Amino acid sequence: MNNLIASTAVKARELTPEEIKEIEHEKTHYPYAQAVGLEALKIVQKYQGWVSDESLLAVSEYLDIPPDELEGVATFFNMIFRRPVGKNVILLCDSVACWMLGCDSLNEHFKKTLGIDYGETTADDMFTLIPVPCLGACDRAPVMMIGRETYYNLTTEKIDEIIAEYKAKG
Amino acid sequence: MVKITVDGKVLEVDENNNLLEEVLSHGEDLPYFCWHPSMGSVGSCRQCAVIEYADDEDTRGRLNMACMTSPRDGARYSIEKAAQFRAQAIESIMINHPHDCPVCEEGGECHLQDMTVMSGHNYRRYDGKKKTHTNQYLGPFIGHEMNRCITCYRCVRYYKDYAGGTDFGPQASHDNTYFGRWQEGPLESEFSGNLAEVCPTGVFTDKPFSKHYVRKWDLQTAPSICASCSVGCNTNPGERYGTLRRVVNRFNDEVNGYFICDRGRFGTGYVNSDERIIVSMTRDSRDDNPVLASPEEARTSLHSMMGAIGIGSPRASLEANFALRELVGPDNFYAGVSSAELGMYKQILDIYRTKPVKVARIKDIEASDAVVILGEDVTNTAARLALAMRQSVKNEGRKMARDMKFPDWHDAAIRQLAMDCKSPLFILSPYATRLDDVAAQVHIASAEESAKIGYAIATAIDGNAPGVTGLSKESQALVKTIAEALKGAEQPLIVSGTGSMSPALINAAANIATALSDGEKKANLALVVPEANSLGLAMLMEESDRALEQAFACEETHAIVLENDLYRRAPSADVDAFINKMEGLAVLDSMKHKTGEAANLVLASGTFAETSGTFVNYETRAQHFYSVFKPVDSIQSSVKWLSDKPLAEVTADCAKEIEGCAAIVGLTPGADFTVAGMRVPRQQHRYSGRTAMRADVDVHEPKQEQDEDGIMSYSMEGVPATRDSTVFNTAWSGGWNSNQSVFKFQSHTGGPLKQAGHGICLIENIASEKTYNEFEKAESAKGDYQVFPLYHLFGSDELTAKTPAIQEKATSGYIALNEADVAKLGLQASDGVAVENNGSVPYIVRSSIQPGTVGVSVGLEGLNFRNLPGAVSLQKAEGWTSPGSWNAANIIISDKSVAAEGETA
Repeated sequence: MNNLIASTAVKARELTPEEIKEIEHEKTHYPYAQAVGLEALKIVQKYQGWVSDESLLAVSEYLDIPPDELEGVATFFNMIFRRPVGKNVILLCDSVACWMLGCDSLNEHFKKTLGIDYGETTADDMFTLIPVPCLGACDRAPVMMIGRETYYNLTTEKIDEIIAEYKAKG
Repeated sequence: MVKITVDGKVLEVDENNNLLEEVLSHGEDLPYFCWHPSMGSVGSCRQCAVIEYADDEDTRGRLNMACMTSPRDGARYSIEKAAQFRAQAIESIMINHPHDCPVCEEGGECHLQDMTVMSGHNYRRYDGKKKTHTNQYLGPFIGHEMNRCITCYRCVRYYKDYAGGTDFGPQASHDNTYFGRWQEGPLESEFSGNLAEVCPTGVFTDKPFSKHYVRKWDLQTAPSICASCSVGCNTNPGERYGTLRRVVNRFNDEVNGYFICDRGRFGTGYVNSDERIIVSMTRDSRDDNPVLASPEEARTSLHSMMGAIGIGSPRASLEANFALRELVGPDNFYAGVSSAELGMYKQILDIYRTKPVKVARIKDIEASDAVVILGEDVTNTAARLALAMRQSVKNEGRKMARDMKFPDWHDAAIRQLAMDCKSPLFILSPYATRLDDVAAQVHIASAEESAKIGYAIATAIDGNAPGVTGLSKESQALVKTIAEALKGAEQPLIVSGTGSMSPALINAAANIATALSDGEKKANLALVVPEANSLGLAMLMEESDRALEQAFACEETHAIVLENDLYRRAPSADVDAFINKMEGLAVLDSMKHKTGEAANLVLASGTFAETSGTFVNYETRAQHFYSVFKPVDSIQSSVKWLSDKPLAEVTADCAKEIEGCAAIVGLTPGADFTVAGMRVPRQQHRYSGRTAMRADVDVHEPKQEQDEDGIMSYSMEGVPATRDSTVFNTAWSGGWNSNQSVFKFQSHTGGPLKQAGHGICLIENIASEKTYNEFEKAESAKGDYQVFPLYHLFGSDELTAKTPAIQEKATSGYIALNEADVAKLGLQASDGVAVENNGSVPYIVRSSIQPGTVGVSVGLEGLNFRNLPGAVSLQKAEGWTSPGSWNAANIIISDKSVAAEGETA
């Protein structure tokens, strides 16, 4: 049974052939199509950058999962973005080891240099800053991650260099 | 049973239940949030912690959650020793809970308040900022205040896991955890109102009640019976200042248990409506203007209508119908329904009496492990039964769990184990219904075809049952599947009813149940009827077939109509002709309607909330309802208008006179019943402002209203009758101010009330051998489109439809068609459809409907279903605009439906 009674202003978008192909591949791993919910959200996010209401509904209809249930999954995991993010998502660890070694000052530094706090995106849509609770590299704290790259033993100078690199890449 | 020691006390407990249930049953106070007797344990809230000791030597013990513990024989437990842990747990729960009890609707009947006090966490140490949330609009029934949430997950477990709702869930995590819809909008479940009772605090509240809110202790309440369908759920309505404020569930182990539907909970606002008849009116001829009649004048006029016929009603009490029958004489008493309907009610009574079947109570339905529904849209005609059937499909999972030695209460584990495994539920219906999502198979078929399949199933089970011919290959396969499933089940159940208006279908259901019966082991059968007292009315008509057709054809010129709008019961033209023929027409009713408008004499009658009496439900269970409050003097009960005798005497006469009704005198403890020399109070001891509540009108305190029916008083003086549950009013116990206190009155937690008074089934099954009904082919109607009825939980019932909150969920009369027929008729999205001689109505497309058939709404404004023959012609309506009350979004459906665009209000 799906949400057939509520008439919502939001309509599902069409999933792209690439998205459908990858979701179909994931489906082969599980006995229930519904089990693919999280993977499907990750696939959509890979192609779209984030999960819009339209994307959420699209996955919901495609896998026959009520949007309310899928929303529960999407909002439970903080790496599923339900709001648009910048081209580069900076995941700054604020867990114990990083906190002891000064991640708060790094956060301050981002505020100063990029003008963004946790949960915010730069005006040029280049960077979004998000806190994470441990990247598994406490021995080299403080750490952060951008894209698939992890950066260790951070200092404000090191951050400036890294950001400059990303800016240069465009 | 095993013996355990709890804080030095030796208790004998059932090892199949969890420890929490058992210590509560022994009268101990152990706090809990997430556990619920109907929903089992998940062990998430950490409130019911106890210390369990390994052996006699163990002095330290270990912490265990009582709701997740099976009592171990000889084990030693301590509630006391875990007190500090529980206080700490509740302190962390309370960190984000606001200090808003004075403005919270839950205050004073809040399980969270009770548990916090019980845990000993009396002072708040946390003075930081609290997490706040944005609330959602959840429709006309339920208010939302997320800041109060303590994340016990009871709402989700009820709404999704228990009631099968899909439009609600938990979001985010830790401090941000949120319970709501993914987007704002009305909750879709027909059982959403129970959230207000399931939530241990004030996150989900009764929205119509909030608009005229009163604290629990200021409500005048009485044990009542829901008057909105044939299930007869037990309710506890509350009144203040002469208006009915709310209805809550009243526990009855045999009927509704802990839950009622939204029609029952939110559908009583009509009692306070402007459309109430509050004074009696009279006039000499129908062309005159009516003039006010004093109660004495009205009564005299009524009793001077010599030779009048009486027309009864399936929504009036047994006593009111009987009093009318006494007044006009049995030969002049007519059932206020069509002869076809009366025939079906009597057919059902006959089946219950003479076929070897067991009439299914709700708990039998819940315990069934294979169910067949024949042509009854239970969600819309008897919603509480649909909720019970939703539980029945879970029995397969429970069976798997039992095989693996999981205890029955282990909710999360059983759900994980069962996954998609369900006990079979088969639905035969002319359209997709709300229960389809849990059905093993849904077969779309007309009532005629479903009846045939039903007969064939009976034959497949018992070769002696009469067969039918002409079934398609597909139907034959279905017959085989269903017959196998039923034969293999421990407790099979057949459900049907009058909804399809097909006697053959009811007989088919009886045949299947008969075929399944094996000596003492009888199969369960539930046959749904339309109204609160349909079967009570039928019992009065045991020796008479006088229905509306006969009333319309009689030669008398005077008639008394009891609580009945004839225009909802018969073709409009027939009612017009009857009324025109009448020289004197008296109508007794609580609400204005078309029949009343044509009367010479209208008598203001009380609603269920202002009168007492007996209703007979779909099982023939007779239940007594007590008036909740005394209306203004000009309003009297129909019994009082019609009879000179007090209610108890009318009940006694009815019991004596009417076959099978003898037991109804035992439904109350008798008119002279007292506790400690006083009548049972309707008001709480804490009822406030009694001497001041009328001070704006008069500083003198009037005498307390008297209840002539005895037993209960409109007062706070007296002792609540905890010893006799026939007068068991609001559940309340020391330290337990919320509805959770009901366990204090149960024989064991979740079980029947002590001194149980759960109604009495009037029909005794006297079947000695298996007898079958032969299939009778009904004459199929000639016409383009075969008509079948569509019921609406919100709107089809006459009285509840006059409640504002229900109107927000209802729609106008309409028809439903298949896509192909829409194309054939050339209908565009914004068109209406002209229904043969019956004006034009909106339409919706429903893919599940078979071409050549049309679903027609019953009881909704703008279309009288009774006007239509069995088949009609349809045409595109010219120059049509949709009525203001048309709202396709409110139609409860489960197939893909396309409401004509632009028509949704």
